[in-house]
Amino acid sequence: MQSFKAAATTTNPDMFCHSSIFLRGDDCNSRHQTRFPDLGELDHPAVAFHHDDAVDLSPSSIFSLKSSNVAAVANNLHYGALNTSFGSTEIVSSGTGCSNTGQFMYQKGPTFGASLGNGHLENWADSSLADKSQQTDTSTDVDTEYKNQLHGVQHGPLKVDSVDQSKSKCGDVKMLRRLAQNREAAKKSRLRKKVAYVQQLENSRLRLTELEQELQRVRQQGCFVRTGLSDSVMGNAALAFDLEYGGWLDEHQRLINDLRSAVNSHMGDNELCILVGGVMAHYDEVFRLKSIGTKADVFHMLSGMWKTPAERCFMWLGGFRSSELLKILGNHLEPLTDQQLMGICNLQQSSQQAEDALSQGMEALQQSLVDTLSSACLGPTTSGNVADYMGQMAIAMGKLATLENFLHQADLLRQQTLQQMHRILTTRQAARALLVISDYTSRLRALSSLWLARPRN
Amino acid sequence: MHYQVDSWGYYMPRMSMGSDPMERVAKLASESAVVIFSLSSCCMCHAVKRLFCGLGVNPTVYELDQDPRGKDLEAALMRLLGNSQAVPVVFIGGKLIGAMDRVMASHINGTLVPLLKEAGALWL
Repeated sequence: MQSFKAAATTTNPDMFCHSSIFLRGDDCNSRHQTRFPDLGELDHPAVAFHHDDAVDLSPSSIFSLKSSNVAAVANNLHYGALNTSFGSTEIVSSGTGCSNTGQFMYQKGPTFGASLGNGHLENWADSSLADKSQQTDTSTDVDTEYKNQLHGVQHGPLKVDSVDQSKSKCGDVKMLRRLAQNREAAKKSRLRKKVAYVQQLENSRLRLTELEQELQRVRQQGCFVRTGLSDSVMGNAALAFDLEYGGWLDEHQRLINDLRSAVNSHMGDNELCILVGGVMAHYDEVFRLKSIGTKADVFHMLSGMWKTPAERCFMWLGGFRSSELLKILGNHLEPLTDQQLMGICNLQQSSQQAEDALSQGMEALQQSLVDTLSSACLGPTTSGNVADYMGQMAIAMGKLATLENFLHQADLLRQQTLQQMHRILTTRQAARALLVISDYTSRLRALSSLWLARPRN
Repeated sequence: MHYQVDSWGYYMPRMSMGSDPMERVAKLASESAVVIFSLSSCCMCHAVKRLFCGLGVNPTVYELDQDPRGKDLEAALMRLLGNSQAVPVVFIGGKLIGAMDRVMASHINGTLVPLLKEAGALWL
């Protein structure tokens, strides 16, 4: 910890003389910044670190310390040897209030001189609180706190009996018990705050997806108004698909949210299977809609105007790339059995090969269309050429018709890739996979919204 | 038999004069490990050919528009598949696989490669 390093070089050597009890006694000041594992070597139990300064161990000042290390320490009050049983984020102290605060001293370098000079712990208590809450990873925080709780439970209250001298030096049992209780309260309040924060994040995310859907719908309506109320079949078909797709997206998001809460709540496989099946069936629905849309207006489907700009950019033949999807899943599916791993690799390879084949077919189509339309024809002015012209147009029309087939095959490929993926994975893996895919898509859509809303100079 | 080697890298054998188109189809299909009935102008057929070539398979391709009795074969294949598109149609080891959608489905669910290996069109 840099802060500690700073402390090591600041002006108050007194502290570090006492810190010999915390450090391996050899070389206090040259102690480098590795944090708490060092304290594992401390076998000297409680010692007040400041004889001279009146250490203000009043409950109020210590209770304001809310960093996780406080809790960690609090729950493992031992008298006797120090031991580090956890990672670098917490330390088991020797079980006195003093050594607890001593650890804060350890952590919070820069404010040492100032605060301890006064003999008050409030200042750096507060700042260490701010620091720790930012530095600690919340998940390890919770884990280690639970671990601490367990340990705390096992060890019960303070083993007061064993060390009489520390009793006399650092206050009485009642105060220590109060300290412990207050640490508990602090821990609970931290947990509550975390839960509230996570809840807030979830709500924000939901709100974001809602907003982007609303935005897309408004834009579609805006487009519709701009192009005018066209009576053509094409216009209606395109609009019809857009509206249906919007509805599909809403339902998809609902299903995904249900799936997510099911996964987070560790639902059983049987119920999870039903939810996963629901999402898969819903995917079948979009392919059905696309098939109708393709027959009605193939260029609209190919253009991807029903997608957001960023999605449209990375589109392939009217939709997502199956091989890309499998790459997105990447490591999220682990742990995979060997058989599953091989299955996924084969799936990625075969979907890639199928995509390449269809892409090459499309290229051939484009090339032949170019050949047809660019064939030497002097325009429909002379009679002979009119026949040629119409003939060429008829051929070109035939070629365009095959576009529908290509789009159809591409959608089939996408559908089959999803289904094969579902077959290979376990229920839980499949649930995770669907969540990952959905998250990727919604982030891409959110990116589109952000891009469209970006400030322009 | 006169074989023409094309830029595809597969053989285009001259088709012998047979009787019933269906019989001819079956006969031609059983003569090679992988048989594709195609039209030279069809882009989906192009895609199917590229799929097999990409797998390292050497398919035998019959371009029906270059066969004098191709129309009959086309009709027969249409009846066989039961849809309006006669081509492309793929046979592996003499067995009908189907059109592009069946071929792709079979590839995705992992059954195509074993079939190819079984027919001797592909080895490790």
